[in-house]
Amino acid sequence: MEISEACVRVPHDKPYRYQVGDLTVTRGSAWSGPGCHDGCGVLMFTDKDGKLVRVEGDPDNPYNQGRLCCRCLALTEAVNHEDRLRYPLKRDPQFRGDASKWERITWEEAFDTIEERFKYYRDNFGAESVSFWKGTGRDIATYISRLAWSFGSPNLTSGINGIACYLPRVFGCQSTCGNFYVGDYSQQFADRYDNPAWKVPEIILIWGNNPIASNSDGLYGPWITDCMHRGSELVVIDPRLTWLASRAKYWLQIRPGTDAALAMGMANVIIKEGLYDHEFVERWCYGFDEFAERVSEWTPARVAEVCWVDEEEFVEASRAIAAADGMALQWGVAIDQTKEALPGSQAMFSIAAITGNLEKPGGMIVPPELLQYIGGWGSEFLSPEQKEKMLGLKEYPFYRSGVTNASDQLILRACETGEPYVQKAAWIQTSDLLTGTGPDPVRAEKALLLNEFNVGVDLFMTVTMNKLCDIVLPAATYPERNGIRVGDGVQHGETINKAVDGGEVKSDMEINLELGKRFNPEAWPWETVEDMYSYILEPTGLTFEQMQEEAPVYLPYEYYKYEKGLLRPDGQPGFNTPTGRVELWSTFYANLGMDPMPAYHEPAPSPYSTPDKYEDYPLIIITGCRDFNTFHSENRRQEHLRAIAPEPTLEIHPDTAAAYGVNDGEWVWVEGLYGRAKRMIKTTPAVDPRVVATTHGWSHPEAGLENNFDVDDLNINRLLDWDSVGECGVGSNYKSSLCRIYKVTDES
Amino acid sequence: MTKAFLINYDDCFGCHACEVACQMLHDLPVGQYGIKVECVGPWEYGTKKWQYDFVPVYTAQCTQCPERTSAGLLPSCVQHCEAQCLRYGDVDDLAAELDGQQKLILQVPPKPCSGAIA
Repeated sequence: MEISEACVRVPHDKPYRYQVGDLTVTRGSAWSGPGCHDGCGVLMFTDKDGKLVRVEGDPDNPYNQGRLCCRCLALTEAVNHEDRLRYPLKRDPQFRGDASKWERITWEEAFDTIEERFKYYRDNFGAESVSFWKGTGRDIATYISRLAWSFGSPNLTSGINGIACYLPRVFGCQSTCGNFYVGDYSQQFADRYDNPAWKVPEIILIWGNNPIASNSDGLYGPWITDCMHRGSELVVIDPRLTWLASRAKYWLQIRPGTDAALAMGMANVIIKEGLYDHEFVERWCYGFDEFAERVSEWTPARVAEVCWVDEEEFVEASRAIAAADGMALQWGVAIDQTKEALPGSQAMFSIAAITGNLEKPGGMIVPPELLQYIGGWGSEFLSPEQKEKMLGLKEYPFYRSGVTNASDQLILRACETGEPYVQKAAWIQTSDLLTGTGPDPVRAEKALLLNEFNVGVDLFMTVTMNKLCDIVLPAATYPERNGIRVGDGVQHGETINKAVDGGEVKSDMEINLELGKRFNPEAWPWETVEDMYSYILEPTGLTFEQMQEEAPVYLPYEYYKYEKGLLRPDGQPGFNTPTGRVELWSTFYANLGMDPMPAYHEPAPSPYSTPDKYEDYPLIIITGCRDFNTFHSENRRQEHLRAIAPEPTLEIHPDTAAAYGVNDGEWVWVEGLYGRAKRMIKTTPAVDPRVVATTHGWSHPEAGLENNFDVDDLNINRLLDWDSVGECGVGSNYKSSLCRIYKVTDES
Repeated sequence: MTKAFLINYDDCFGCHACEVACQMLHDLPVGQYGIKVECVGPWEYGTKKWQYDFVPVYTAQCTQCPERTSAGLLPSCVQHCEAQCLRYGDVDDLAAELDGQQKLILQVPPKPCSGAIA
């Protein structure tokens, strides 16, 4: 109850459900499929027949302040789509891949079969013989983790190699600083930019993301431009000229995958020129001298050579960062998607630390949280013996830092070899891993087909489910179900409110609660999902039903917690690390036998690490760039969205395109070391002539399941492989590989 | 008083929210717009100098959302604009903001008549 009294609520003129003329309006949050990580405040309009007719932004919600991106605005085209999966289906495993063989079954039959099979594998081969695959975060990941662990399997995973999305930054930052930090855009305050304690960042350092399009990790991208309107200047580190880069004070067009070198170089300039925050370093940083020595080899000249940036501009940008009173590091997924993600993110975060920007207004803040869902929910139900069997724990000491995802590629290897133990089944929920996330989908498909029994849960029939699964369950979209929205980064108490009757579809949480009760009733003591949500919301002092009316509820926040003894469990001042300081030299890594300090590892393949391969594959390719109209593998069926960027393009410099004799709108094969994919040429000077860039998650649903939605031709991850994982088991080179291109012709 | 839209085309970042908000509210088919965002650039016109703008254009199918403005709401494009680069108001008030310093366009679509949306 301590928190509830300090929580700040946002006043509403209307209840969460009200009538406007013939339409019913339901106020709520997104934060679920179809949709992204943000969880914007939405108003859902339904007609007299209960059909969803429109979605608008909620002007009362401080998060998005009435705004909304095109994906949620066009939500009706997903919710009401004729292709929606509406009933549970089963198919004889001998017909995997054949969409004509699915048969409708009841929920009872589906649950009974899954319960019987999963328990059979648990009893005879151990719960670790069943892997649990979840897609990208949002609200659902929480419940999938509880399902896996309460079943007894430690092999919960995300289908992305090296867990290379968000978690390397989170786990790395927690290991060296005691907490994860996010940029301060006033998102912790209900009155936002008007809050007197807040100050606009003087510099926002945007590193490896295009936040206005990606809206990732609890950041609503337009907060960046809101801050720019209030005086923020930008330093952008990106191989592409994003629109934000075009508005930046400094744009450093970095060679993909060399972020750690650039970060160490920046730290070196700041230290050498004495621009760091001497008092903060003296009082709160551990290992500064060793760190200073380590980065000293990264002279501006060497950075310019390795990272392909202009030396003078790099130095000026470094000075600007150090001089800023309030610097927010807006770090993105590109950091996780380099092979050695940990030392890279460590280097980057060190800049924020030595410039004294931690827990400072307009700097980096420790976000208040309701539910620490990043680490999963319900790990207490996994016995120590089962936890010890998590694939990756033996191979990667870093996984002992609290990494709760098993290693994907080691699960696949277990499927293939039966080592260190057999795999029998997979639970694949909200993950279209053969379309959007996993590298080398050919290998993933072959490996998972070796399982005796695979189950999928999704909004639509996916290529992954059609190729692999024997039972599929239809999930509710967010307007069709209740849920809670805590959010990534700074969390709030909010609810996802059911506005539409989805017929037979069930929410992911209802599915997990029902199966969880069958697997391990002690872990799922709730009668309804709403009871379960009320349990999670207890710290706010509100039940789920109360929260529906009161949301959004803001948790208490104050700056400089390390000075007040609010970061450590023992109540002492300082940071939540063994030394009580921000560890530039990590005691934690040293104890695990890892390099305690940041280091640069040349990407492989690359022009310098594999010059022979570079001769055959002479372009560097970035994958996973973001468009405004799509989120990973979602949204391709929504016709108004599809029209905005209808095909996957390959951004290529006009000079390079001319050299290859390819023109705008032409289809090319993009071929890498492990496979190839089709892309449509889009010439632009936004990329370096030596670099090409493309989006991911592509399918053509209009091509039909008999053609696997053309995914076998379109999945850019066919260029990548599962073995390119960082030494510590996290990080993977999604964003720096090599390729060559040639025209798509009848012969090719 | 004649109403107008003031667009700060230095701030528009091309998210397409205005287009889709309008299409959904007014039930416009794919390929038809009440407001359309055009991209101008990027190209480099000098060392480190980039032309890269997005410019929203109101079309013949813009109704100015009378059903919303009469209820005290902003036109849907203006409310949903993620970049907050659109303003709606009296033409004289908005014209007074054209200061020669900011990249502004004042668009004054003809007063909507019934059936402007086909």
